[in-house]
Amino acid sequence: MRAGTATVGPANGGGNGSAGAAKKKKMNGYVGFSNYPNQQHRRSIKRGFNFTLMVVGESGLGKSTLINTLFESRVYPVKDGEDSSTPRNGAQVASPTGVDITSVSADIVENGVKLRLSVVDTPGFGDSVNNDEAWRPILENIESRFDAYLAQENRVNRSKIVDNRVNVLLYFIKPTGHGLRAMDIEFMKHLHTRVNLVPVIARADTLTPREVEQFKAKILADINFHGIHIFKPVSDHFDDPETISDNKAIAGKIPFAVVGSEQYVVRSDGTRVRGRQYPWGVIEVENENHNDFVALRQMLLRTHMEELRDQTDVSLYESYRTQKLLALGHVQNNSVFREFNPRRQQEEEERLHAAKMHKLEAEMSAVFKQKVHEKEGKLKQSEEELHSRHQTMKLTLEKQRRDLEEKKSRFTQSDSPQVAAAAAAANAANASFVDPAQRMASKDKKKNRFF
Amino acid sequence: MTAPEVQDYVGFDTITQQMERKFLKRGFNLNVILVGESGMGKSTLVNSIFSTHLVDSQGRRTAQEVIRKTTEILPVTQTLDENGVRVRLTIIDTPGFGDQCNNEGCWVQVIKYIKDQHAAYLERELKPQRDRIINDTRVHACLYFLNPGSRGLRPLDVEVLKRLTEVTNVIPVIAKSDSMTLDERTLFKRRVKEEMSFHRISVYPYSSEDDDDEDRMLNASIRELVPFAVVGSEETIDVDDKPVRGRRHGWGVINIFDETHCDFVHLRNFMLRTHLSDLVEVTAQRHYEQFRTSQLRQIKELRAQQAAAAAAGGGGGSGSSQPPVGPLPHQPMAQV
Repeated sequence: MRAGTATVGPANGGGNGSAGAAKKKKMNGYVGFSNYPNQQHRRSIKRGFNFTLMVVGESGLGKSTLINTLFESRVYPVKDGEDSSTPRNGAQVASPTGVDITSVSADIVENGVKLRLSVVDTPGFGDSVNNDEAWRPILENIESRFDAYLAQENRVNRSKIVDNRVNVLLYFIKPTGHGLRAMDIEFMKHLHTRVNLVPVIARADTLTPREVEQFKAKILADINFHGIHIFKPVSDHFDDPETISDNKAIAGKIPFAVVGSEQYVVRSDGTRVRGRQYPWGVIEVENENHNDFVALRQMLLRTHMEELRDQTDVSLYESYRTQKLLALGHVQNNSVFREFNPRRQQEEEERLHAAKMHKLEAEMSAVFKQKVHEKEGKLKQSEEELHSRHQTMKLTLEKQRRDLEEKKSRFTQSDSPQVAAAAAAANAANASFVDPAQRMASKDKKKNRFF
Repeated sequence: MTAPEVQDYVGFDTITQQMERKFLKRGFNLNVILVGESGMGKSTLVNSIFSTHLVDSQGRRTAQEVIRKTTEILPVTQTLDENGVRVRLTIIDTPGFGDQCNNEGCWVQVIKYIKDQHAAYLERELKPQRDRIINDTRVHACLYFLNPGSRGLRPLDVEVLKRLTEVTNVIPVIAKSDSMTLDERTLFKRRVKEEMSFHRISVYPYSSEDDDDEDRMLNASIRELVPFAVVGSEETIDVDDKPVRGRRHGWGVINIFDETHCDFVHLRNFMLRTHLSDLVEVTAQRHYEQFRTSQLRQIKELRAQQAAAAAAGGGGGSGSSQPPVGPLPHQPMAQV
């Protein structure tokens, strides 16, 4: 979805917290998926990186000089006879409050890694008589970059997304020695939830080491008192002890007291270094005993550049997006997404299901018909049997009756006392002959109940 | 604009190490779906690729077991760790696929599962309040198992491959290729490739304009091998006192790691050692974006229809106050 990042896993380095049900397995032998980061690495190098840095501070605090020192004069090319105090060219957005926003981009390559560096300057900040709203155009600029990204993210076609969100804001503090000024506090309070704030004590060559320490303590006290969030390098349990101690050392120097210089000076041993020459001595930019430039550069470029980009994306942008969308009244309507895809699927499934049901129905009715037919056949058969038995029995009974009638008539003709007894017996026999016939009839009746 | 080399060392090139560090912290997800009839060697192949017993075969063990009537979807997730790199690997098995006499629609469940993962990701991506690192359940690769001994693609294969290649990266394999001689394999592969091009089925890897020469050469050599004729095995056999992962027949021993015996090593290297990151990215940038585009267009059309219906209905009331669906911006955003 976005070039170069693998967006998986929990945001904070709390380890594998998301897939609770996942079990751990051991492999026999080298499989090779640990090469994944290298594959990503290759891809990222091909694509290059973006980094946008904003500098804010009154004029004369050495912002442009510092940028040029950080990036080895590649951002604001210095022509002969000029220095950073000459006005710059760049895309300008004029603002009614007297604060301009100018942006300069440079593509820098180092060891095959391409960096598209953008530096956003804010000339005019704090230079007016009334600086109440000096922070506003800067905040608006940052938020408009978020808006631009949000719009791109929501486009239907997202093949090219340009990321120009501000990754870090260097705020230059005047070296007064007296803590933060009202304008500083106002600015930081308005900006700290939208950008990674890195406060920097400018022109630190006017402060002695002890003054620097005290000044830093006062600044930090002010920052804490007003609940301002500034960017600090944090370590987690993934880091080795060396990294953890390095991070602590850097964090201990915030706010960085820095000096920048585009000029080179010659040291006593003859080496050429960046620095500023005074009658009373030479301050070397890259000397850690002289100022915190090295620590600032280390953090910004060599150890925490990715962290700054990540925080901008994962935390600052996300909270802006959430606030903005909720403010616009967007309610997540989940049902919409469920409808389109499964609807067609559902229809197909219903069709299949109906076909199945139909088939089953047909089968069942066929079976039913067959069974009924069988039973009917059987019952008919038994009916016929009974009927024929009934007939034969009837015939035998008729025959017996005729025989008996014959015998009876012969006996009545002979006139003997045995005749009376025989006649009585014949009568009794006659009576009992009726019963079988009745029994047949009742049996018939019973048979009819089957149907 | 030309990009001048920095004369003195600035040091931002360490950003790649910084990214690696961030990456090690997070680990990554890999989701692979196995599609093929039972008995094609799916479970064994996956277990061989990752050198560990990840999934059990879902085939029938006894006669009493019922033959599945529908395709089931069985995802199993495990975590693997190699040199500090953590992968949350989900293998999705599809028992029941293609096992019936009538296999019409046996692919429906599979396609639905794949699309559902895209839909779930889209839903989470569009929420006003969302986790920035969304747990990625989208299917990154589909291993499609072909039948050895067939004359190219079967009708079922054509039907399924057409649909599968539209939603995910498909890698066709012949898992039990130990019954095919090398000549037969070459012939089979050629036939399969011809049929795929005839039916306009495009399998992974895809070519793109961003590829440099190295990428192109690598992709070309992989396309030569497709479909991969592999043999899987979880057993180790002693050959001359050396342990060999393979299969012992009466006439010889197959060593799955021997490139002259089968394409197993090529498949594994391709999937894991060279194209793993690409599989994940192509899923996100090609298949997911396609899905997202079509969904959003449908939503737009639906809203347009509703608006038109409301306008035509003369303010009947239903279309007038639609709640905004998803964060499609209503006002023009300021550009820098």
